[in-house]
Amino acid sequence: MKAEFTIRNERCKGCGICVAFCPKQVLAIDPLGKVYVADQEKCIACGQCELRCPDYAIFVEKVKEAGAK
Amino acid sequence: MIERAYEKYFRRNRLPHLWCPGCGNGIAMKAIVQAIDGKDGWTQDNTVIVSGIGCSSRASGYMDFDTLHTAHGRAIPFATGIKLARPDLNVVVITGDGDCTAIGGGHFIHGCRRNIDLTVVLFNNNIYGMTGGQASPMTPLGKKATTAPYGSIDRPFDACKLAEAAGATYVARSTAFHVQHLIKMIRDGLDNKGFSFIEALVQCPTAYGRRNKLGEPAKMMAWMRDNAVMKSAWDKLPDDKKVEGKFPIGLFYQAEAIDYDTAYEQVIERAHSN
Repeated sequence: MKAEFTIRNERCKGCGICVAFCPKQVLAIDPLGKVYVADQEKCIACGQCELRCPDYAIFVEKVKEAGAK
Repeated sequence: MIERAYEKYFRRNRLPHLWCPGCGNGIAMKAIVQAIDGKDGWTQDNTVIVSGIGCSSRASGYMDFDTLHTAHGRAIPFATGIKLARPDLNVVVITGDGDCTAIGGGHFIHGCRRNIDLTVVLFNNNIYGMTGGQASPMTPLGKKATTAPYGSIDRPFDACKLAEAAGATYVARSTAFHVQHLIKMIRDGLDNKGFSFIEALVQCPTAYGRRNKLGEPAKMMAWMRDNAVMKSAWDKLPDDKKVEGKFPIGLFYQAEAIDYDTAYEQVIERAHSN
């Protein structure tokens, strides 16, 4: 399954809630304290990160066709 | 680029908001706009957001409705005024644990008593966050605050029981962890004609969590996950399992009663008929 991410860097405060609640360890915090997608292949597009992001900084959606955008 | 429909309810040029990293207020604010989004007859032009003072009450500044950021503890009186003058408007109150149960404690119970058609969402972070972490009436027993360095000895309010006893006709609780449940609790509150009260437990990692060594924001949310018990399961729980820290969430109380606008309309009719 493929997932598409939108990360609004200007909103992210690096609190780590999305990283902690991701069941597949897809996300990580970079040295500047912003979230980034470390391993997109593992993402199952469950949306737990988006659901609990207090800053509306991360959005994720399933991409239907494998490899298609 | 993914953009959600509820974003239109935010004043996006004001984001990012000023809440601390990991603060649960952002989650509760999003739950409110998601509850409003798609609700029949509720638009940005006929919905009013009223808030008091405190971290929670900053939410009105980020929400693109007609908004009113009022005096400390006085959000419910301002909202009562709006609802009486313009019963056609939908009025939502955002308040905090200190704002609602301490400074505005009297207003809160009398709003419940009148059963005025408001939806009050209390962001309960267990502390006065904005002013530096003083103990609020909802700081749990034994928890530390700047005004209680050895632990609070004041027994906390259960705001839901308070609302029910005072006469609110819809009383529910949820948490920042249970986002979809929180949205549902708020939406059902919006549907209720009368005083609806929803307590949203939110994490305050800065003023409350740090002082009480509760760990990072995600850990505070995991605590909510592990300790919140759905009302239906809570009712079946034997008393010895209802240990300290465990708390029920869900719909606690719902009743039919005449709302204040309707009662007032009837008074006007009676006065005119003589």
